[in-house]
Amino acid sequence: MSTNSANGEANSSLLGRLRSPFEGPNTIGESRGFWVGFLVAVAALVVYPVFGDGSQLSLFMILALLGLSLSLVWGYSGVLSFGQVVFFGIGAYTFGVVSINFATPGGITAAVVAGIVGGGVSAAILGYFMFYGGVRDVYVTIITLVSTIVMHTFMAQTAGSEWAIGEAALGGFNGMPDIPLLTLGVEGASYQFIYNPFPMRIIGIGAFEISPFYYLVLVLLVGTYLALRVLVNSDYGRVMVAIREDEDRTEMFGYNVTRVKFIVFTLGGALAGLSGVLYAARNVYIDPTVFSLLFATLPVIWVSIGGRKSLLGAAVATLAVEYLRISMAGELALVLLGTLLLVTILVLPDGVVPWVHQRIVTARIGPGEDNGPNVPETSSEVSD
Amino acid sequence: MSDTETESETDSLGPNVRQTAAELATGDRTETLLQTDGLVKQFGGFTATDDVDFSVDEGELRCLIGPNGAGKSTLLNLITGTYEASDGSIYYNGHDITDLDPHQRVSRGISMKFQVPSVYGDLSVRENVRLPVQQFADGEERRRLVAEAIEAAGLTGYEDVAAAQLSHGQQQQLEIGMAAALEPDLLLLDEPVAGLDVAEREAIAERIMRLNEEQGIAFIVIEHDTDFVASIAEEVTVLHNGEVFREGPIEEIESDPEVQRIYLGGES
Repeated sequence: MSTNSANGEANSSLLGRLRSPFEGPNTIGESRGFWVGFLVAVAALVVYPVFGDGSQLSLFMILALLGLSLSLVWGYSGVLSFGQVVFFGIGAYTFGVVSINFATPGGITAAVVAGIVGGGVSAAILGYFMFYGGVRDVYVTIITLVSTIVMHTFMAQTAGSEWAIGEAALGGFNGMPDIPLLTLGVEGASYQFIYNPFPMRIIGIGAFEISPFYYLVLVLLVGTYLALRVLVNSDYGRVMVAIREDEDRTEMFGYNVTRVKFIVFTLGGALAGLSGVLYAARNVYIDPTVFSLLFATLPVIWVSIGGRKSLLGAAVATLAVEYLRISMAGELALVLLGTLLLVTILVLPDGVVPWVHQRIVTARIGPGEDNGPNVPETSSEVSD
Repeated sequence: MSDTETESETDSLGPNVRQTAAELATGDRTETLLQTDGLVKQFGGFTATDDVDFSVDEGELRCLIGPNGAGKSTLLNLITGTYEASDGSIYYNGHDITDLDPHQRVSRGISMKFQVPSVYGDLSVRENVRLPVQQFADGEERRRLVAEAIEAAGLTGYEDVAAAQLSHGQQQQLEIGMAAALEPDLLLLDEPVAGLDVAEREAIAERIMRLNEEQGIAFIVIEHDTDFVASIAEEVTVLHNGEVFREGPIEEIESDPEVQRIYLGGES
């Protein structure tokens, strides 16, 4: 476990103080080099739509928010949930229902909030009964998986005209089309983010259009990532990690473990709800496939491959795995996913990104010095 | 600490707690810190503790001995709230805590070191100690308390070492330090010297005595090693088949032929 500014050796420079809340033992990256690399990566994402398919990347970034929600719940708090897609889907459907019924800028803005709240509240309800009911460990995983199946089965049979909420027909497997274009603000002071390309011209490149929705998603992803870094490196984040490592020990330090798990699960549900809102807004459509077992499994695969104890790992792996999956398509993509998951679990159980980070750290400090933290001279006494 | 509860104090008094209404009114504390009243724990058809009446005074250092399966760890887990009592009551500082959750009991001043060293292996020594301290201290005070706890555990210089890299004895010291960092009134230690060599046992014994004498922390220590018990204990309680079999000074307990028969394997 390395030391950092949060350990009481705060960097006195302005940059050090700015970085301090984002750094700690619970996240990768505490060096100036990391933050330079982070800024370069964000800059690359900013200019990417000029050269590539920003629409597809926006989808991957939306899913990265879903990956981050699982990293928070599973990676940092030890609650393996197969139910993140339930909150994702509820967020998406809530956004669809509210925005269809209130198709004004103010109504659509409220629908965004409703979708996030919907994801959070549904997670809170499920989490309350699980955690305050004494359910823990693998039984939480089973219940969340069953919740996904229940939601998929339920939504699949909503094709009849009786399954409508106001103007919004749930539509069963036909889905819910005609979701209004994402517009934030109120009447007279609003901005439409979908199908509203912004014309640009750069000398040497020429004229092109950029999607404001892409940048909205980028800002939300980067903002969420940084906010979660602050959370997991805070006192509260330290308790989350302690619960992941040993629930009983943490309870005996006076922490209300049940309440912490409930709050984190709810927060993860709200984050998944935000992801669902953006997913439905991007596609202007939602259907029950978001509750399918395959989709429920994907976040677990992203986070496992990237490194469940790493926010960066969850985000990067979601982008990379989804790029591979969409590029290959069909059955071969599923075989690739399974292979990637198996290889990661067997060879790199902590995930690819932490492994890469460790290699970089090793290369920077030199071989032979990468045996973890420095053990005092009396190290012979600590090796029994 | 958080999660304090209010309750009817007169209703919560245990039957044998030496506390009067006048003492309650003036806020005077009793000598009895912890008392169990007819405590029973059943696992299916097996009775692990049976009608246990047991008490510990403020600042007392009491050892709990008995053969395997006597119900020692079960009793500690009942006191901490890890196990729910099948019957009976637990009173702490005169208040009924039988129905409180473990974290609520910790907030009342009960702390515990588990039988198997239960430190956070991936976290550094500093991070381990900071976890209990961060609840009631911040900034410079937190840093000071963490440093003091690490020094008291004899782990100065190991602050940034992952706890998993420490020896078994150092992990025991670290966990006692973490439990003591909560500044409890009662510290429960489940076999704190199991698997340690002589020097490490002496260090742990010295640590317990110092915490008891200097900070006034009361202890309940489960231990099989009677030499270790004799080195620290004022009073000893012998559990057998889930019941309190004997109580008294260690000299009397050690020479009791019935205790030798059921616990030490000797002939009466």
